[in-house]
Amino acid sequence: MDTLDLARWQFGITTVYHFLFVPLTIGLIFLVAGLQTAWHRTGDDKWLKLTKFYGKIFLINFAMGVVTGIVQEFQFGMNWSDYSRFVGDVFGAPLAIEGLVAFFLESTFLGLWIFGWDRLPRHLHLAAIWAAAIGTALSAYFILAANSFMQWPVGFTYNPATQRAELTDFPAVLTNKVVLATLPHTLAACMLTGGGLVLGVALYHLVRGRDTDKPAFRSAAKLGAWTMIVAFAAVAISGDQLGKVMTETQPMKMAAAEALYRTEKPASFSIVTIGTLDGTEEVWALTVPNLLSFLGTGSFDGEVKGINNLQADYRATYGPGDYAPVIPVTYWGFRAMIGFGAFGTAIALLTLWTLRRGRTPTSTWLLRAGLVLPLLPLAANSAGWIFTEMGRQPWAVFGLLKTAAAVSPSVSTGEVITSLTVFTLLYGTLAVIETRLVLKTASAGLPDAAPPSQKTDDDQLAFAY
Amino acid sequence: MELTTVWFILIATLWTGYFVLEGFDFGVGMLLPVLGRNDTERRVLINTIGPVWDGNEVWVIVAGGATFAAFPHWYATLFSGFYLPLLAILVALIIRGVAFEYRHQRHDQAWKNRWDLAVIVGSTLPALLWGVAFANLYHGVPIDADKEYTGTLLTLLHPYALLGGLTFVGLFITHGALFLALKTGGDVRTRANALALRAGAVTAALAVAFLTWTLGLHHTPAAITTAALAAAALLGALAANRAGREGWAFAGTAATIALTVTTLFCGLYPNVMPSTTDAAFSLTVHNAASTPYTLKIMTWVAVIFTPIVGCYQAWTYWVFRKRISVKDIPA
Repeated sequence: MDTLDLARWQFGITTVYHFLFVPLTIGLIFLVAGLQTAWHRTGDDKWLKLTKFYGKIFLINFAMGVVTGIVQEFQFGMNWSDYSRFVGDVFGAPLAIEGLVAFFLESTFLGLWIFGWDRLPRHLHLAAIWAAAIGTALSAYFILAANSFMQWPVGFTYNPATQRAELTDFPAVLTNKVVLATLPHTLAACMLTGGGLVLGVALYHLVRGRDTDKPAFRSAAKLGAWTMIVAFAAVAISGDQLGKVMTETQPMKMAAAEALYRTEKPASFSIVTIGTLDGTEEVWALTVPNLLSFLGTGSFDGEVKGINNLQADYRATYGPGDYAPVIPVTYWGFRAMIGFGAFGTAIALLTLWTLRRGRTPTSTWLLRAGLVLPLLPLAANSAGWIFTEMGRQPWAVFGLLKTAAAVSPSVSTGEVITSLTVFTLLYGTLAVIETRLVLKTASAGLPDAAPPSQKTDDDQLAFAY
Repeated sequence: MELTTVWFILIATLWTGYFVLEGFDFGVGMLLPVLGRNDTERRVLINTIGPVWDGNEVWVIVAGGATFAAFPHWYATLFSGFYLPLLAILVALIIRGVAFEYRHQRHDQAWKNRWDLAVIVGSTLPALLWGVAFANLYHGVPIDADKEYTGTLLTLLHPYALLGGLTFVGLFITHGALFLALKTGGDVRTRANALALRAGAVTAALAVAFLTWTLGLHHTPAAITTAALAAAALLGALAANRAGREGWAFAGTAATIALTVTTLFCGLYPNVMPSTTDAAFSLTVHNAASTPYTLKIMTWVAVIFTPIVGCYQAWTYWVFRKRISVKDIPA
């Protein structure tokens, strides 16, 4: 493996790892803020206990999201310095704004929320978590705007003298049609993930937990299940939009999603394929006629371009080279994204059925489902991002800069081996510690939560590390 | 004023803010084994920075992002060139951040001891390495005509850079001790006071040596002024601490750190990364910058949002202004 491959593996590992915590915490912070709002409105202790319970799980994950996020920002310069030189004029702006507008907001107000239970009036304390939640959503928007430039560069001009992309229209970058389609899709996926965790943990307690905790977890289960169902509907609708934008902007990615080698009109969608996916032998495939045409174009008999045809087009435009991504990764990534999300949502629907009219579920089957449930939307999120980023290859910035030309020339193979090893070992160790901590926290019952009161300076802290 | 100069000043300001704010929480982290003699005392120490350390750390993320946006070549050369030190800083910040949030999750002394070690190492290493990095930035490093760093890790570890690292460590320890003197009560406060004085004396020697060497490398009238003021502020801080004026003492070390960083940036301008290979290869505010259009957009964003951030961060410090002592910590 050369420096390029190593740097790509490192970016993949650190980014997929970071993005486990991102959708989970964005989803959870809105749900925790919702729980606290319910307590604020009704005064029912149940909501306060759930706020603190899920808030603790949220914080354990948020810490990991924060610390792994710094790596992301440094890594562009460390491993992808030629990328940074090429796009810095355009790409740096949303990144800097994300820090200034979003990260300050979420970190500062989260600090106020964690330590402010007895230091802030109730309504301000509630406002603090909403401010932090808005910060996370803003962060998603700005980083997706930056990523969308890589998928579909707009609002710039290439300057041959400086050999870089230069910003000409910042509003165009912020309203890139790719970011407008990606943002709702990503945020809905975040809610699906948060809902999955809330529901999964609640199911465990409904089957195995203390009787006194069950009424509260019943409410939590309903909240989690409904969140998942609504979020999945939003994921599907926004995903359909995104699919059409993608077919228009990056037809190769859509062709790679289906492993469609020759242009078809109409094109069918295969649920699964047994074969090599290299266009030569297909042993067996379960296909739905006309579906790919609809996903890509909105019309059941629309034309979807094939990989081979696009290869020829791109060679004519960009010169010799291979312009197709790794097809098995995109093909299965696309299916894993949809499949895991749909599977999780099916469990949510089933749970609602078992909870109908005051029933309490007792089945150990449901307990098992609860244990895997939080992992399903996470897997869907990872698969979606692996699909969209791998599907863009060989480009770092579509049509402008190839990944191979983006890597840092001054960083040695030994240095990247060092950092790749260090990050992998460190992230692996932290994964074990964090999973144990989440399991311990999630399996503990609800905390005894006395409503906080504003204290005088002589009282003990209500919350301390 | 040219926008490139405005952004040079803004980035200098972001780094200054980072070192003044994270400086004291690095200091508190380094002092954990010294001033926290038992678990309760260590919890007192951690709780003084608990609500604010994460917000302080965002300053470095914004400084990095702003450098990326305003001076892409500076960002690219610096981050790829200082690869291994930055890797070490990242690892340190990761284990430190996780330690603050995970330490209190289990009542198990072995668990807590491990995270304490993470806090100590995670606070010391970045303090030292940021000092090394900034001394190198000022000193200059080998950079070729393609703006690429051509040295190795060892190129960065010369005596001046190491003195810079030790000076940063000393400044942050003194700053952290004075923060604790201001924010704690009882025994911890008394010990923090005494320690600030001793650490401050050593730091004063380090800082004077480092600033003298810095001005000896190259200097401008402005850099001489800020260096002199930095030294005066540190002595003032120590005098104020002796007189029992903890607020003034803390303001003094904050000023020392700010003026030291300002000295480095004043001496640097208009370079952002001088080349020791050939002065013609140096990165400057001109040849490393983004286009005027990008800088204009970013200026508007900074003008609108920086004061807002300043207000709510200041408010956080006001909300958590109360001193913390052993009796405040719940069992």
